[in-house]
Amino acid sequence: MSGTSYVIRGAQLLGGEAGDLYVNDGVFAEDAVRGAAVIDAAGLIALPGLVDLHTHLREPGREDAETVLTGTRAAAAGGFTAVHAMANTDPVADTAGVVEQVWRLGREAGYCDVRPVGAVTVGLKGERLAELGAMADSAARVRVFSDDGHCVSDAALMRRALEYVKAFGGVVAQHAQEPRLTEGAQMNEGELSGMLGLQGWPAVAEEAIIARDVLLAAHTGSRLHVCHLSTAGSVEIVRWAKSRGYPVTAEVTPHHLLLTEDLIQGYDPVYKVNPPLRSATDVEAVRAGLADGTIDAVATDHAPHPVEAKDCEWAVAAMGMLGLETAVSVVQRTMVETGLLDWAGVADRMSVRPARIGGLAEHGRSFEAGAPANVVLVDPAASRVVEPGALQSLSRNTPYAGMKLPGAVVATLLHGSATVLDGRVVER
Amino acid sequence: MRKRHLLSTADLTVDDANLILDTAQELSTVAGRAIKKLPTLRGRTVVNLFFEDSTRTRISFETAAKRLSADVINFSAKGSSVSKGESLKDTALTLEAMGADAVVVRHWASGGAHRLANAGWIHSSVVNAGDGTHEHPTQALLDAYTLRQRLGSVAGRHVAIVGDVLHSRVARSNVHLLSTLGAEVTLVGPPTLLPHGVDSWPCAYSYELDPVLPKCDAVMMLRVQRERMNQAFFPTEREYSRRYGLHAARMAMLPEHAVVMHPGPMNRGLEISAEVADSVRSTITEQVANGVSVRMAVLYLLLGGAESAIGNDEEGSAR
Repeated sequence: MSGTSYVIRGAQLLGGEAGDLYVNDGVFAEDAVRGAAVIDAAGLIALPGLVDLHTHLREPGREDAETVLTGTRAAAAGGFTAVHAMANTDPVADTAGVVEQVWRLGREAGYCDVRPVGAVTVGLKGERLAELGAMADSAARVRVFSDDGHCVSDAALMRRALEYVKAFGGVVAQHAQEPRLTEGAQMNEGELSGMLGLQGWPAVAEEAIIARDVLLAAHTGSRLHVCHLSTAGSVEIVRWAKSRGYPVTAEVTPHHLLLTEDLIQGYDPVYKVNPPLRSATDVEAVRAGLADGTIDAVATDHAPHPVEAKDCEWAVAAMGMLGLETAVSVVQRTMVETGLLDWAGVADRMSVRPARIGGLAEHGRSFEAGAPANVVLVDPAASRVVEPGALQSLSRNTPYAGMKLPGAVVATLLHGSATVLDGRVVER
Repeated sequence: MRKRHLLSTADLTVDDANLILDTAQELSTVAGRAIKKLPTLRGRTVVNLFFEDSTRTRISFETAAKRLSADVINFSAKGSSVSKGESLKDTALTLEAMGADAVVVRHWASGGAHRLANAGWIHSSVVNAGDGTHEHPTQALLDAYTLRQRLGSVAGRHVAIVGDVLHSRVARSNVHLLSTLGAEVTLVGPPTLLPHGVDSWPCAYSYELDPVLPKCDAVMMLRVQRERMNQAFFPTEREYSRRYGLHAARMAMLPEHAVVMHPGPMNRGLEISAEVADSVRSTITEQVANGVSVRMAVLYLLLGGAESAIGNDEEGSAR
């Protein structure tokens, strides 16, 4: 992978002034190396390689939906150089063995740094702690722990998990969903759920857990990360927690930045997701939260599903949607075009801060000489109509099919080696 | 009516609704004949696809289709696609291959009929015969038909719909249809059984029954599932019955001309007392009879009834 040299000519660094970047032997260099390949980056924006805190790669267990290889190809195509692979695989990533397997598969694929997320509890059952220390000490060096898909709803267990991971600088990423308030829930509770006869998923079910957890984080002095927050109330609670100096971070998904519950009127399960799509007011609030830094990161919650899991009735359909290959476009549409963030802000929310939360020393860095050459070149002037069949992911459940989105990833370099060039994934 | 499916009463204009009701009235004369059959849908195939037991609704649709000389196939697909058994899609593809012209579908999932009609699996007309807790359009149409028959008109009438609105597809379909037809609707039930956001529905609502009764032209009592009690929607059956049940003393608060309706099946003694159910105000058996006429009208209009329903022995060609 190393040994390749590039000159990236005339890129707008973080969307600012144009400059050249020199890459040699996996890191940025002071000067061009003789014989280096030239990438003409005029008009392109150079950002540090994107870091996703929330990716479902499905392997092991659901290789019909995604594999580490296809998922990381999708990540590279979306401009990511590191992804956190969620633990809800089969078997669950709740042992050193499973996280090392996922980590190794990522290394073999070579498209992205794969950082496995370890389950907080055995089998995601919410009953007893998994061997968090063993996962932290494994070759995968797990630092983010989550029962994503399930909420660690037991307050005492959550408290212990928060405390325990302090020993190795870990963070608990909570899927905030009060289980009793969401039994059988199908969509955001509001006017529309009542009309459609779909059981409501109230905002309070998310907010009550976040409120409890930020207080637990304050009490224990441990780091809490809030996964995919989706309501205006959740933003308020995190804003309050941060104003008190509590060690709390939060993420929002691209789909919660763009899509609203109104799309559910036709009962098409491609829009079924957990947490559910919310109201326009909530969308506005999460955008504002991301803009002012209350929300630290955009995380995709890329959730591939095979065709049959979505080609069915709403009630039996699987929850989740693809996100890796459209994330930067959705952020451009919702945050950059609206003037809420500049490209430096995008770099901060999609690379710098998520890398810091995940404890990734080699990502989210500046372009200074000697830093790992993880970089993505985005053409902000491009646009495309999303075609599910053209995606790198093994699955097709994108909610943006047929939608015209701005921006395109032209090139992605992972440790100085191109994973995407001229908008195409590089075969390796 | 240029519609291919009947999925929700919210999709019906005043003209659509009146056309269905007028056509039903025409077709109802068939029930009085010695030979209760019209050749209108001869050679057409209507499939009753039931993912949930409902003998009364299925029989009503079956009778309606047979009176129009359609071939009727009953397809009972119990269980869900999550458990064992065929998925909705594969069932739909099977019916399509068999050449179904219309599929009457009852499904336990809200949106089941929408998916069948709009997922691109089949080309036939879809009639929603009840989807989860969403809608049951032909029930609302037969209720409107019954109101028209009993009260002369629907417009300007005041109708109370009482009980478990939250889980009721009958209530949703009636709110849309009756408000489209110009009736004033009040939903009555405990706050736990009125949906979140009900204040934005095209109707009024009340937590108390007694103050509503004196101004009602009709009271529609909804079936209450006994198991709701276990989910804390109300404390006991007796308390529910005391606060929201329609018994003789409450019936006496209604104006002289007012009628009492129930979509059935009833829980006698819970939401409605036997005395009320069997009283002259009760339209419950008329509702059943009217159900056949209304469903005949719906099938006739969806499957190409461009002209008058009776006196047109050749099938309509439009489809």
